[in-house]
Amino acid sequence: MSGFLAGLLVAVLPLLAAGFWIGRRTARPASLAGLGTPVEHATFETLHTASLATPPLRAGLTEETAGKSARKLRSLLGTDALCLTDRDQVLVWDGAGAHHRAEIMERLTGPLDTGRGEAFPLTCDTPDCSVRWAVVAPLTVDDRVHGALVACAPRESAVLVRAAGEVARWVSVQLELADLDQSRTRLIEAEIRALRAQISPHFIFNSLAVIASFVRTDPERARELLLEFADFTRYSFRRHGDFTTLADELHAIDHYLALVRARFGDRLSVTLQIAPEVLPVALPFLCLQPLVENAVKHGLEGKADKCHIQITAQDAGAEALVVIEDDGAGMDPGLLRRILAREVSPTGGIGLSNVDDRLRQVYGDDHGLVIETAVGAGMKITVRLPKYQPGVHLTGRLTPK
Amino acid sequence: MNSAYAVTAVALVALATVLVGAFGLRISRTTSDFYVASRTVGPRLNAAAISGEYLSAASFLGIAGLVLVQGPDMLWYPVGYTAGYLVLLLFVAAPLRRSGAYTLPDFAEARLASQTVRRLAGASVVGVGWLYLLPQLQGAGLTLTVLTGAPDWLGGVIVAVVVTVIVGAGGMRSITFVQAFQYWLKLTALLVPALFLVTAWQSDGAPSHAFDEPAAFREQRVVRIDDTLVLRLTEPLTVTVDGTVDGRELDGTETGLSAGPHRIDGGTRLTFAEGAEVPAAGRGADDALSPSRAESREERPLYATYGLILATFFGTMGLPHVVVRFYTSPHGVAARRTTVAVLGLVGAFYLLPPVYGALGRLYAPELTLTGDADAAVLLLPGRMIGGTGGDLLGALVAGGAFAAFLSTASGLTMAVAGVLTQDVLPTRGVRHFRLGTVLAMAVPLGASLLVGGLPVADAVGLAFAVSASSFCPLLVLGIWWRRLTPPGAAAGMLVGGGSAFLAVAATMAGYPGAGPWHALLAWPALWSVPLGFLTMILVSLATPGRVPPGTAAVLARFHLPEELRTEVSA
Repeated sequence: MSGFLAGLLVAVLPLLAAGFWIGRRTARPASLAGLGTPVEHATFETLHTASLATPPLRAGLTEETAGKSARKLRSLLGTDALCLTDRDQVLVWDGAGAHHRAEIMERLTGPLDTGRGEAFPLTCDTPDCSVRWAVVAPLTVDDRVHGALVACAPRESAVLVRAAGEVARWVSVQLELADLDQSRTRLIEAEIRALRAQISPHFIFNSLAVIASFVRTDPERARELLLEFADFTRYSFRRHGDFTTLADELHAIDHYLALVRARFGDRLSVTLQIAPEVLPVALPFLCLQPLVENAVKHGLEGKADKCHIQITAQDAGAEALVVIEDDGAGMDPGLLRRILAREVSPTGGIGLSNVDDRLRQVYGDDHGLVIETAVGAGMKITVRLPKYQPGVHLTGRLTPK
Repeated sequence: MNSAYAVTAVALVALATVLVGAFGLRISRTTSDFYVASRTVGPRLNAAAISGEYLSAASFLGIAGLVLVQGPDMLWYPVGYTAGYLVLLLFVAAPLRRSGAYTLPDFAEARLASQTVRRLAGASVVGVGWLYLLPQLQGAGLTLTVLTGAPDWLGGVIVAVVVTVIVGAGGMRSITFVQAFQYWLKLTALLVPALFLVTAWQSDGAPSHAFDEPAAFREQRVVRIDDTLVLRLTEPLTVTVDGTVDGRELDGTETGLSAGPHRIDGGTRLTFAEGAEVPAAGRGADDALSPSRAESREERPLYATYGLILATFFGTMGLPHVVVRFYTSPHGVAARRTTVAVLGLVGAFYLLPPVYGALGRLYAPELTLTGDADAAVLLLPGRMIGGTGGDLLGALVAGGAFAAFLSTASGLTMAVAGVLTQDVLPTRGVRHFRLGTVLAMAVPLGASLLVGGLPVADAVGLAFAVSASSFCPLLVLGIWWRRLTPPGAAAGMLVGGGSAFLAVAATMAGYPGAGPWHALLAWPALWSVPLGFLTMILVSLATPGRVPPGTAAVLARFHLPEELRTEVSA
């Protein structure tokens, strides 16, 4: 019997889950049907129709968005036909009398230039055409006319002129909001372009100086270092895609460390501990090298003896865990917090805040840098990289969310 | 069998696993040996790891048991388990790697950009994972019973607790070296005893026994019946009974049993004479557990065989713990090479269980009677060789079996827990992963205590059927058909996977007993896989407006080699 019970349980569970889901999807807030006077009902109805017409217009005035909102706008005005135009053409015609498109466009030149509303009769050869009068209300954003809303009716009506003007103003506000959205997106894109990784200029000067010092004494070494330098700069100047693999990033770090070791010699020792499983993980380009650069800087800064840097990459289920640790001077946590919040500008280098910003941009706010440090206690930076994130692949681009 | 040896072997396996896991990280002290540390996992190592995680209790114990009981028809199991990788190689391996997806829900999201499909895929992963964990726990229980005489449920509980603790504590994650080591351990644990057994068989005069003859006892044998069962005799049988048969108390007297069903109570000892045929056993009438799928298989052998072939061929690609491993390959070509190597490794392994099955039919035929046929692999060394040598070989096999439970169960638990934490439980974090691990293991453990009774390989076959009906259409159409839409994928997975799941649940619950319906429900793949494909295609065609934008770019990424892609975009 127990087997039957278990089977029943197994069969019923998905049904319960499906029922729960369908219930969630179909549940509506309590109906307003029983509330208020008829006038209030009409107000609710109007506001509801207006709110339904809003979402498409928030994406700007195009053929597609105009088509989606025209029907709602016409029911708002209660006219026989409604059309939305931009400066050059009719975007959508909803309702009867679509053969007036060309005529409307001809008559629109005036209102589009002046930005003033107008009402005029339409000439029509079809005897039973219900569209005899057109009311034009321009759509303006920041004093520039973007298009017009044209409401058509069988006869002249002052009420319609007034109503069309109000609706056009309401549509204009939506278009202004769309404009605002667009400029916000552009701003984020500009920020992302600014965030694009760069190598620090100090590093270039220092490397070239070190190589120069070897040119006479040890030409072979100088040649090797030049090749390392070439490899590293080729990697960091590449332009395709904003992402790389952990293996490639670690190779770049290897080239970088070879150059740094040429400069500091035995003072710097490095231990790598890498789980081979995580090497194919995709991650934002040049987001670990600055951390290593930071570790080198803090490790050697203000002390004459040796510095040890440990780089660990571990497999942690759906994430890869990268830890970069140095035993150097450390940092005041308060100062570090202010640097990451961009209240204080860091001293040289593209710094931790850039990496932190990019990681948050790509993976979300819970994947920023985790830094453990105190003055004199070294610094440990932990990065959690999800193995899969939509949009993160080798040829992908950083995009605004 | 001497259980001290076996327990030592099991402990050694666990210890070695932990040790190999500890050395899984590559350490280099200086930057000059950086190159060694940053080398990605090679195809051969990765292939051994995939094989190690793939070869479960069903492969290690189940196939030999089925071959023992039902003969060479059951060789379709190893063939199917191997050929599944051929389908994977041809249609899925490289594009799946290039998609960058780490799990199957990731793939669904990358291809269809839909959270709903992602959640559905996650639910299917959990379903398939649980179905697959169930036989692992049962196999562990059986092994422990055979080795030490512990109660049935104890082994399952022990493996469940060990795996939950290991995975939850973050040790022995799906580290490649560990899993590769487990493969070679499992192969050794079957190969070495098999060589000894075949030698013993040779020195015994190489007796052979055609599979179409009923199995017979080669010497006088005492069989102890632990659970009450019904014996169906086709011919009268003379046997010495010590216990209760058909309600009669018998005390060591030779009894003639007529043809027809006979009820044998638990605790009865039957002594069979040399040369006696081994009768077929049926489940007791008071036992509501499912009638063996063997019956419907005998009724409709062709349908059952095709159902099995379809399920195993197309089910492999949907196994959650297999897909995860392909991510380790650095690129699509490596993923393909890995799959070829897996075909070789898995193929080599599957040559061995049938040997045990065939030898078991000769030397341990009474296992068909007691329903413990899955234990054949464990019992044969002691039975055929005996002495300390037999004990040692038995211990080796036991260690291998334990490795099989551990590796597959931990891989599956990781996959299921990952999906639970990421897509089901509210927020992410380490503590939630632990909660997910406990949940991932608790459900199949509970089910294994409740259900039980299904042969291990059969239960795995059901998990394959669900996987084949839900993930195979999603992966194949997702990779090769540009008009797939999210509603189509969701509907196909729900209809295909859901119907296969219901059929499996009905079979496990023992409904409807027998007849054509039972066969249809017990081997669902033959109708549920086409149903899944058809639903997915038709619904996709009906919703042409829902083809996700950017499909062309995504498919180009799936199919173009990586180097070419870099050049194109540069």
